[in-house]
Amino acid sequence: MNLNANIPSGPIEKKWDSHKFNLKLVNPNNRRKYDILVVGSGLAGASAAASLGELGYNVKVFTLHDSPRRAHSIAAQGGINAAKNYPNDGDSVWRLFHDTVKGGDYRAREANVYRLAQISNQIIDHCAALGVPFAREYGGLLSNRSFGGAQLSRTFYARGQTGQQLLLGAYSAMMRQAAAGTVEIMNRREMVDLVVKNGQARGIVARNLVTGELESHAGHAVLLCTGGYANVFYLSTNAASCNVSAAWAAYKRGAGFANPCFTQIHPTCIPRSGDHQSKLTLMSESLRNDGRVWVPKTKGDKRPANQIPEEERDYFLERRYPAFGNLVPRDIASRAAKMVVDESKGVGPTGQSVYLDFRDSIKRKGVEKISGEYGNLFDMYYQITDEDGYKTPMRIYPAPHYTMGGLWVDYNLMTTIPGLFALGEANFSDHGANRLGASALMQGLADGFFIAPSTVGGYLGAAKFETVTTGDPEFGAAARTVQERMNRILSIKGKKTPSELHRQLGNVMWNDCGMARNEALLKRALKKIPEIREEFWSDVIVPGADKDFNQTLEKAMKTADFLEFAQLFVKDALERRESCGGHFREESCTAEGEARRDDAGFSHASVWAYAGEGKEAVLHKEPLTFEHIKTAERSYK
Amino acid sequence: MNNTKHFNVTIRVWRQEGPEEPGRMMAYKVNDVSPDMSFLEMLDLLNEDLIKKGAKPVTVESDCREGICGACGLVVNGDVHGPDEHSTVCQLHMRRFKDGDVITVEPWRVKSFPLLKDLAVDRSALDRIMAAGGYISVNTGAAPDANSVPVNKDDAEEAMDSAACIGCGACVAACPNGAAMLFTGAKLSQFALLPQGRPERQRRVLGMLEAMDKEAFGNCSNEYECEAVCPKEVKISNIARLNREFLLANLFGKAEPSAVSGHLLSTPDVPEDE
Repeated sequence: MNLNANIPSGPIEKKWDSHKFNLKLVNPNNRRKYDILVVGSGLAGASAAASLGELGYNVKVFTLHDSPRRAHSIAAQGGINAAKNYPNDGDSVWRLFHDTVKGGDYRAREANVYRLAQISNQIIDHCAALGVPFAREYGGLLSNRSFGGAQLSRTFYARGQTGQQLLLGAYSAMMRQAAAGTVEIMNRREMVDLVVKNGQARGIVARNLVTGELESHAGHAVLLCTGGYANVFYLSTNAASCNVSAAWAAYKRGAGFANPCFTQIHPTCIPRSGDHQSKLTLMSESLRNDGRVWVPKTKGDKRPANQIPEEERDYFLERRYPAFGNLVPRDIASRAAKMVVDESKGVGPTGQSVYLDFRDSIKRKGVEKISGEYGNLFDMYYQITDEDGYKTPMRIYPAPHYTMGGLWVDYNLMTTIPGLFALGEANFSDHGANRLGASALMQGLADGFFIAPSTVGGYLGAAKFETVTTGDPEFGAAARTVQERMNRILSIKGKKTPSELHRQLGNVMWNDCGMARNEALLKRALKKIPEIREEFWSDVIVPGADKDFNQTLEKAMKTADFLEFAQLFVKDALERRESCGGHFREESCTAEGEARRDDAGFSHASVWAYAGEGKEAVLHKEPLTFEHIKTAERSYK
Repeated sequence: MNNTKHFNVTIRVWRQEGPEEPGRMMAYKVNDVSPDMSFLEMLDLLNEDLIKKGAKPVTVESDCREGICGACGLVVNGDVHGPDEHSTVCQLHMRRFKDGDVITVEPWRVKSFPLLKDLAVDRSALDRIMAAGGYISVNTGAAPDANSVPVNKDDAEEAMDSAACIGCGACVAACPNGAAMLFTGAKLSQFALLPQGRPERQRRVLGMLEAMDKEAFGNCSNEYECEAVCPKEVKISNIARLNREFLLANLFGKAEPSAVSGHLLSTPDVPEDE
């Protein structure tokens, strides 16, 4: 597997500019002759489709939703980072670059992250021009707030709905291109396979989710903007339809999958209430700006929160990390919460939660100010839990939220399959082993608005293309494979629903490969996952037909892919015998219980290659070198 | 969290195999419902049960289940998005119901949203309204520094109020005329309130209203139902602004006077502003 990252030479500040100069261009009159298939319509997909459409390419966008505006980017709450330094607190491109590399625990590629920090400012400019109603100061200029992992305010926001507003901005730009005829929106289509011909990605097979028909689409490049795979845990903050299937199909067609075990467990989620639970709801990390996290100092203290006196409370983040306090990065906050819960200091009916308390900030700022900033989150909390966060502390617990791992891409965001690009959360590139808050929106839009339009053009301008049509045998073969898989699923007629099997898998992943991992647990998971897979293929039940609007079949196909992918996920976690970012191996920690990285052994991206059905995936490594940022133990104390 | 006693309900739900098939209400028992379940989790329970029996589960759409994606949308006991005010149906919890309740569940019934199956409808007409002008025409890379265009804070806040629309279609489902004027008015307002959106405001309103008519949405007759059900509390003043934008476009627009008619038949009597 060729893992040449194609990082341009020259000083890091000049790499992107000189690379853009060196990339081949496609003449404006020729662009319409190129068909680009964009899979997914979230921030990365919608922004890429809009920009490529503006340039004049012929773009098709596939979304499994009834409307492209429903992609899960819509649910991001807190904000988007940029290095504008509007608040005059010492920010710069260099500092955002530094914070992101450090935040990712030195497991990201320097050149990519530097470019991300450079582009961050253009994103804000463009989104403001698109009519995104960012929060403003009275003088009419943009407002900023602080977020975890940073000691300054660089986060732009639109109340608690920043993802929604940015997605609607990108969506509206894309709909403008739909009206202009450069972008065709394919609603309710799910990519079920990738078509590779002569070593190039040349199309996809998609299932029309209303009619159930398999449809073939040919193109010159395929952009996977299909998000992350946190739903491998069954319960996560992701939407129900988030899945790994498109990325998994690409992996099976030859794309390397990098760092699958790098998962972000988000600290501020509403704890689960019972087995019926279908998802976990995140509350923005911005809450940690004003909320203080604590548990009772005494084990098993069942008194209501308001009756526990100040001196009997353990503000464990402030105690352990005085410099960053409640604003430590997500992985650290999550692990600290797990640690106190494991010590039986957890609160709430299940004991599986910690307090997030606004008492002091309400006293200091007044309830109006707090509700102005976080009102929608307090409302959401009330709707779900029936508890009033203004009067008693909220209860929170970590939940799977984001996946830093994904398809391996080079500096051009191209996977190991020529012509197949991966953007946004679907790729692995920028966040290393842990993503900082408000950086996912930044990356999705950087990839889609600013990077892919140059690099996809560069590929199209340089590559040679044979004529490919959907009548070619590769399309038929791919469709047949999918059809056989569906037939098999439908014919089993067993006793377990796809959701039950998915939940079983999720339990294994959460218990054995969640916030803390060790060799014994991981090996146990590697035994249990094939058992569930076996159960799926012998005992699943899916009523109805394939040529129909069949949500159970959709769910079954996604679950089948998760059951295969989970094996690779755990294998990767087992192989990485160090702790870094969200990946915490109990065997590798300091005396104080902090993660201990092993730079000598693991300063690389682990890239897995598919070796065929039933065969063990093969590990390749892309070494990571740090020329500009000195690696150090990541301390927030 | 206080009441943990489980209970049983009966669900009367609309079943329809496809757009051309006849539909009917079917009743199902759902047992062992927890008050902490969301309404959709209760439907999950029903569907899991149906699947296990080899029967077809009820087709029902939802995705984020946190009230922001706009995918869910049901009429529960006659209420669009259920009995809770200003909430999506995914945020409705079973603590709102009690043992023995018979709960009626129906899809959005709107001419412009053809029914696909059971409770799922096609709302792509709203996307087509958006494609007809619901954007600011600025190409990627052309924008000036974000702080070079100051925006009055109150305007920005009001634009955000309008922009909060999640495109669920509840306003249309609740309107006796099947009008999409709150949806369209919200997008027009967002852009009319921001300096960035003003250069093409006339084109925008004419385009979006034309698309609205083409998709056979009705007109506003001051019922206020849309505002009452909107999960994001988008206000009816957005329709007033739609009418104002339309009037201004027809009076002063350089484009040909619009063939669109009828939108000014009634204007909600709420304060307007510029």
